[in-house]
Amino acid sequence: MFAIFLTSGLFLGWSLGANDAANVFGTAVGTRMISFKKAAIYCGIFVILGAVISGAGASKTLGELGAVNAIAGAFVVALAAAVTVYWLTVLGYPVSTTQAIVGAIMGWDLFSGALIDYGALEQIVLSWIISPILAAVFSALLYKLIAYGIKHARIHMFSLDALTRAGLLIAGIAGSYSLGANNISNVVGIFVPISPFADISFLGWFKLNAAQQLFLLGGVAIAVGTFTYGKKVMLTVGEGITEMSPVAAFVAVLANAVVLFLFASQDLQTFLLGHGLPAFPLVPVSSSQAIVGSVIGIGLIKGGRGIRWRMLGEITGAWVATPIVAILISFISLFILQNVFQQKTYIPVEYQVTAEAEQRIRAAGIRTDHLADLQKKTYPNASQFQKAVSERETLNDREMNVVMAATEIDRMMVTGQSVNQTNGSALKNDQKRALQKLWGKTFEHRWQIEKALAELSPEWRMKPGDREQNDKIRADLDYVYRLIRATE
Amino acid sequence: MAKQVHHGDQLKYSHKGDMAMAESILKKKMGLEKEIDDFLNQVSEAGLLCKNGLDAYLKGNLDAFSQTLTSIRNTEHRGDDLRRSIEQDLYKKTLIPESRGDVMELLEDMDALLDRFTGLIWQFEIERPDICECFHEDFKELLLYSVEAVEAVVRSCRSFFKDIHAVADHIHKVIFWEKESDKVTTRLQRTIFGRQDLRLSHKMHLRFFAKQVDRIADEAEDVADRLNIYVIKRML
Repeated sequence: MFAIFLTSGLFLGWSLGANDAANVFGTAVGTRMISFKKAAIYCGIFVILGAVISGAGASKTLGELGAVNAIAGAFVVALAAAVTVYWLTVLGYPVSTTQAIVGAIMGWDLFSGALIDYGALEQIVLSWIISPILAAVFSALLYKLIAYGIKHARIHMFSLDALTRAGLLIAGIAGSYSLGANNISNVVGIFVPISPFADISFLGWFKLNAAQQLFLLGGVAIAVGTFTYGKKVMLTVGEGITEMSPVAAFVAVLANAVVLFLFASQDLQTFLLGHGLPAFPLVPVSSSQAIVGSVIGIGLIKGGRGIRWRMLGEITGAWVATPIVAILISFISLFILQNVFQQKTYIPVEYQVTAEAEQRIRAAGIRTDHLADLQKKTYPNASQFQKAVSERETLNDREMNVVMAATEIDRMMVTGQSVNQTNGSALKNDQKRALQKLWGKTFEHRWQIEKALAELSPEWRMKPGDREQNDKIRADLDYVYRLIRATE
Repeated sequence: MAKQVHHGDQLKYSHKGDMAMAESILKKKMGLEKEIDDFLNQVSEAGLLCKNGLDAYLKGNLDAFSQTLTSIRNTEHRGDDLRRSIEQDLYKKTLIPESRGDVMELLEDMDALLDRFTGLIWQFEIERPDICECFHEDFKELLLYSVEAVEAVVRSCRSFFKDIHAVADHIHKVIFWEKESDKVTTRLQRTIFGRQDLRLSHKMHLRFFAKQVDRIADEAEDVADRLNIYVIKRML
């Protein structure tokens, strides 16, 4: 069964490779500076390395699909996203795989009655506007700067060619590595807790744990996607929007990387703020949309006559279509799988104002007077409960989030199997010991297990202001929670 | 018969020598930049050799003329070998994809100019035109302008590779020398055909040589025009 579920993840990886490799090597291949074959080989190798070496360390180990609480549901959601990206890849448009996944998850939210993350939808729409504009501005500025430098440095045509080629290759390699590292969790992350793989040691030189083996498989799927179907989207990016010189091709990938680094890197923001420096605002930026913006920026600085606006219109249409199509495919597929094939695509999440939940809500400074009559009732899903709460009390977004999180029923028992499985994980020993102490205990709400762990070990306690550490704890909690779910 | 064998051997050795020279060029594995510089040097050198050859011919110094012929032939071979080597490198290593076609055409054009100089000296060798002393200075002046035009094209080529913004200055000079060359050709032809003491066939032979020299400057101008377009394409 695991193998069947995994196929949709691998298909998603394949689609991602076929589409997103264009973000890093599209302009190089489009300007014929690097042959497609060479680009695909380098991209494949470094995507796999990024996935295996840095993918496991990423804070979002479970990826976006972590929101889906049943493995059959995750299978469908991944499949819906993969089909969407595949369809748009066949048409040759560069689209964001993450946005396809978020769309597919919304389809699942709609189907399962879970709350729809309108914030995520807002971020997607913002990304369509912000990514290309920011990238276009940066690429235009960088192009001017580099063109000025070349004019005054009087570099020989062949030296410039060699330098540009090297720059494109290095940028492509670095981009491929981060493509693997950042996206692998979206591709196979959800399958990590149910992975049957055992650690493999290669002659004692190095060891691959279960997650890394999955990431390797996912990385290979991405690499195969790039190699077998990556050329079409690469050529759209590299020559379909406007014709570019090799230097412009390099500027485009450089601008893409700079925009992602400055406006989407939480690490950079933490670093700058930590050193008392002003930080760039974190905004939703998609690499697929930024690279298109970078190319437009160069086209505009050259007068804009060479830009194929029709193609640009089609690409924008593809961006808008991505989440919408993913939502539809996901919703319809879930309906079929649940009703025709009798598969459990989601675990119903009930909501109830238990005594503990009420206490927690009150502790957060939220009035509970009007929620008293909800206490005896159990609501079958989030949307119905939220509706009931809204009818009784006017709460702002933050307060509503507290109420929803506190009242979510998530009965679970910490089993021996789940505790044992943490042995091979990246959890700290202190964290593992705290989890062991909870062996056999049952919990009504998810936050109760988090509270219990925090009381048992400082390694499980959130520290105010330490964003990096808190993110890590959140990811670890997510992992433990999934593990318990998978082993129940 | 013995003489024929000897002559054949000479050709063989000469061919071997060329081969060895070609191999040595390839073995040197010069950088492409240096190879192009060297190729352009050959074009420039061919112009100077052509000038020497004409001087020797007009002075009646046939030994020096024959030596010049050998030198210019070697220059042509070396130029051909370099051009082939550069073109192979450009294709094999898929270098400068956006300008490869233009650079190849430019190299072919420059090679054609080199061949023109060699061809001119060969024609003097074969046809031995009878150039009256009164035309010597005009012929020298005509060739000087053609050589200057080619020199300016060579400089604009070097700039095309190294400093594209300077190409226009050199192209301007090519046009200047071509115009000067046209003036001298017209003047020379008028003088030739104004002479009553020469046979028509003699006049036509002299006109042919004047035209041959002038064509070099014309072709230099054509190359400069094409180069101008390559520059515009690269600037975009």
